[in-house]
Amino acid sequence: MTHLKHKIQIVIVFTLFYSVLWSQPTGNEILDRIDANMSAETRYVKSKMIIHGPRSSRTVESESWGQGESSFTEYLAPAREKGTKMLKLEDKLWIFSPSTDRTIQISGHMLRQSVMGSDLSYEDMMDDRKLSEVYDAGVVGSETIGEYDCWIVEMNATAEDVAYQMRKLWVDKDRYIPLKEELYAKSGKLLKKNELTNITRHGSRWYPGKMTFKDMLKQGAGTEFIIDEIQFDVEIPEHILSKASLR
Amino acid sequence: MLRFYIKGLFRDRSRSLMPVIVVAIGVTLVVLMQCWVTGVLGDMIVFNARFTTGHVKVMSRAYSENTDQQPNDLALLGTGEILQILSSENPGMDWVERIQFGGLVDAPDENGETRSQGPGGGMAVDLLSPGSGEAERLNLEKSLVRGRLIRSPEEIILSDQFATKLEVEPGDPVTLISTTMYGAMSITNFTVCGTLNFGAAALDRGGMIADISSIRMALDMQDATGEILGYLPGGEYDDLQASSISASFNETYSDPEDEFSPLMFSLREQGSMTMILDLVDYFRSIIIGVFLVAMAIVLWNSGLLGGLRRYGEMGLRIAMGEEKGHIYRSLITESVFIGLAGSFVGTAFGLFFASLLTRGIDFGGMMQSSSMIMQGVMKARITPEAYYIGFIPGIFATALGTALAGIGIFKRKTAQLFKELQA
Repeated sequence: MTHLKHKIQIVIVFTLFYSVLWSQPTGNEILDRIDANMSAETRYVKSKMIIHGPRSSRTVESESWGQGESSFTEYLAPAREKGTKMLKLEDKLWIFSPSTDRTIQISGHMLRQSVMGSDLSYEDMMDDRKLSEVYDAGVVGSETIGEYDCWIVEMNATAEDVAYQMRKLWVDKDRYIPLKEELYAKSGKLLKKNELTNITRHGSRWYPGKMTFKDMLKQGAGTEFIIDEIQFDVEIPEHILSKASLR
Repeated sequence: MLRFYIKGLFRDRSRSLMPVIVVAIGVTLVVLMQCWVTGVLGDMIVFNARFTTGHVKVMSRAYSENTDQQPNDLALLGTGEILQILSSENPGMDWVERIQFGGLVDAPDENGETRSQGPGGGMAVDLLSPGSGEAERLNLEKSLVRGRLIRSPEEIILSDQFATKLEVEPGDPVTLISTTMYGAMSITNFTVCGTLNFGAAALDRGGMIADISSIRMALDMQDATGEILGYLPGGEYDDLQASSISASFNETYSDPEDEFSPLMFSLREQGSMTMILDLVDYFRSIIIGVFLVAMAIVLWNSGLLGGLRRYGEMGLRIAMGEEKGHIYRSLITESVFIGLAGSFVGTAFGLFFASLLTRGIDFGGMMQSSSMIMQGVMKARITPEAYYIGFIPGIFATALGTALAGIGIFKRKTAQLFKELQA
């Protein structure tokens, strides 16, 4: 009788162990679920960036259209930036400045420069590839952020041309949306932190309404990127994603 | 007795001529090296002061901690008021504002689109205010390779190497893409009016000079500046005076709790200048030390040779009852006179050659052309120290050489000296 009881206990323990194992998705499955939330064929975003500098804060408003690896952004405010346009076609980026009537191409390491003095680089703004296309992920633990239980996912780059060789995500186990992110250089140095909040539902997907970036190599209290309006899978007129839209 | 020694030296030239020549040559070299090193390193200090450090420099506390990054977001605000305070409290000093800036310099094609571009770093200086001596202070006119100096705020001077890389000529437009002190993007058009040779590889790769008024507009730095440089009256750096001015200013106007409060640094307190100033002092000691040792060795040998030649005399003096110690002291006294004579002659020759070098040697040919940072002509400088510095190794080395040689001679036993006398 005791022998049978032992056997039943072992079976229960194994069943529980395997059910836990089976219910935990792999890192790459989590990336697929994040991509399903964050990526879209096309997208329109109206946003504002609040840049907290060492002395004061500035707010930069913009609207942008994105399709695959191409995007177009027009700055709406403040007056100094109004009318500035940025166009990214694959790996090329052009900036049009109305005050100088110049179209300037930004390339190479200049893409790592700050956009409008924010904690975001041109690369951060422009890289819209799916995470699962450029990273290999593994689950390294669990942690609770606020009221949300999260997977801790460690991502290592599989592509050469990524801005961050390693990324660590805290992904909400229910909604599959990152709530916190740490971005690392190849050397293992922490370069940036990002907190994603105001998660709201857009049809079948969850999307953050606010992202707070902090460049760890820069002074200041970080940059808040607030989404005022977002539309997924919208139709983008062909001329918008062409150089004709710059002037 | 002294007259006896001196007469002996004059009458027996073989006793004095060689050591005097050796001492004179050594002292000539000491004086010449002293004047040359003081001149060249002194000029280096002068050029650094003109270009980057001033005799004193005022920055915000936060800026001073990150000067390498040209952190204009941490620049000094209210510079008009600070300048008024500086001028009223330090009459006679020159105060100038400078802004270090960096960014992407873009050269357009005929459609206004990027033709070529490169990252650059530059310095904004006051070139357009009447009476501003910045162009002369920075040796801009002589450093020009092509074109002319800035005559309007919309003009910019690029390093010749940078202009060549961007394929722009004087008269061509370029655009500077930078960041304002508040972090906004800044895009400003300029016209290249000239190109120059900075004389330092890093600056020649991407250096530029613009008028401070245009950079203030471009970087949104009205009534703000990165650095205020102060120059003492007369243009010569005086470490004591500079330290006293900076200490007094910091005590009154700098607040350790406020990272944006102004903080003044003397030239010695900035970057590698401490090392250069210390180097001037160390060099002097090294030159004297090296020549003292070298001359002592030469004179030790010549003393030994002279001593051997004078064995007969020594033996006779001992036989007449003179003590060894007395003979030894008399030899050293003789050597002091030899040292004095050699030092006089050497100092006179050293000063003569140094005076020839005060006109300078033009290394411009080796450096292609004159530049802002490295002067083409290197000069010696005769300072009051040059008149006495040669006497230190001159007299000491002779006395030391004789003392060593004397020990060698008197190690021999009295009996042996008698035998040598008989021989």
